[in-house]
Amino acid sequence: MDIRAIEGENYLVQCDEQTATITFEGSLRLSGPDAYAPIAQLMRDLLKQGPELIKLNLRDLRFLNSSGISMISKFVIRVRSEKTVNMIVVGSQNTPWQGKSLKNLQRLLPSLEIILD
Amino acid sequence: MVTKIFGEFRENIPKTYHEYLELGFSPTSLSVQQRWRNNGLSADFVADYLTTFLPVYDADGNNLEKQRDVKNTINYIANELLENAMKFNYEPSEEPIKFNLHLLQEPSTTVVLAVTNGISPDSLKKLQAFIQDLLASDPDEFYIRQIEKIARDEIVANSGMGFITMQNDYQAHLGWKFSQSDHQAKNLTVTTMVQLKF
Repeated sequence: MDIRAIEGENYLVQCDEQTATITFEGSLRLSGPDAYAPIAQLMRDLLKQGPELIKLNLRDLRFLNSSGISMISKFVIRVRSEKTVNMIVVGSQNTPWQGKSLKNLQRLLPSLEIILD
Repeated sequence: MVTKIFGEFRENIPKTYHEYLELGFSPTSLSVQQRWRNNGLSADFVADYLTTFLPVYDADGNNLEKQRDVKNTINYIANELLENAMKFNYEPSEEPIKFNLHLLQEPSTTVVLAVTNGISPDSLKKLQAFIQDLLASDPDEFYIRQIEKIARDEIVANSGMGFITMQNDYQAHLGWKFSQSDHQAKNLTVTTMVQLKF
């Protein structure tokens, strides 16, 4: 089983290729597209493997700044252009930003499933 | 330059009978990268600090969930304002970056957050064009348009997603004031103001 990880002062992003799941934890406030590039690359690498279903697990991501929202939105558009890949985003009701901002992703990809538990 | 105001902007909020906080950052003391983590620390602090004073309750008389929501909102917006100010501050102007937050009861609760930074003539033009586009557009349609541009790599750093999310996801009222610096007349400054009604 292959798990790749990117870790910073307040965050951890892990990609489990076997389950096609990317898990975000902590607080992500990087300064812009350049700073987010390694995480964006990790996500693109997973997409390149052509899984049927990609899962983003954001349950323990307490904070995401707008540059991070842009990165995830951009990834959703890439998934949309693949056509054969489905996507599911799992989050938490207890993290207010997720209830406010994640629904926007569905406007980019209507088939995207969002589960907030 | 002539002072220009866009959106919903309030001037001269009196510093009496309400809680307020002011933070100042000297742009020359550390690089933007070195001070980046302080944006998050400052945003965490002001959001946590303000929560003490918020008289917010939900339908069951329980204010914990509402407080968490308000705290998250202030944290997100303070962080975005500070990130923008640090990123777009025009360093040659040596303008200090000033952040302030006011809690007004009038009689409903309004939180006003504002940040002032120096701005180059070129960035000023670009920001004013963006603001005019944002204010004239349907918010949902504008969000989609900007995201599609980002996806096609037509725009990168200055995508305005911070302003769009504040407005669309947090019901924030945005305003801007462009003026000459109080410190040095040759400098241009922009104050970005966000008002939240709870």
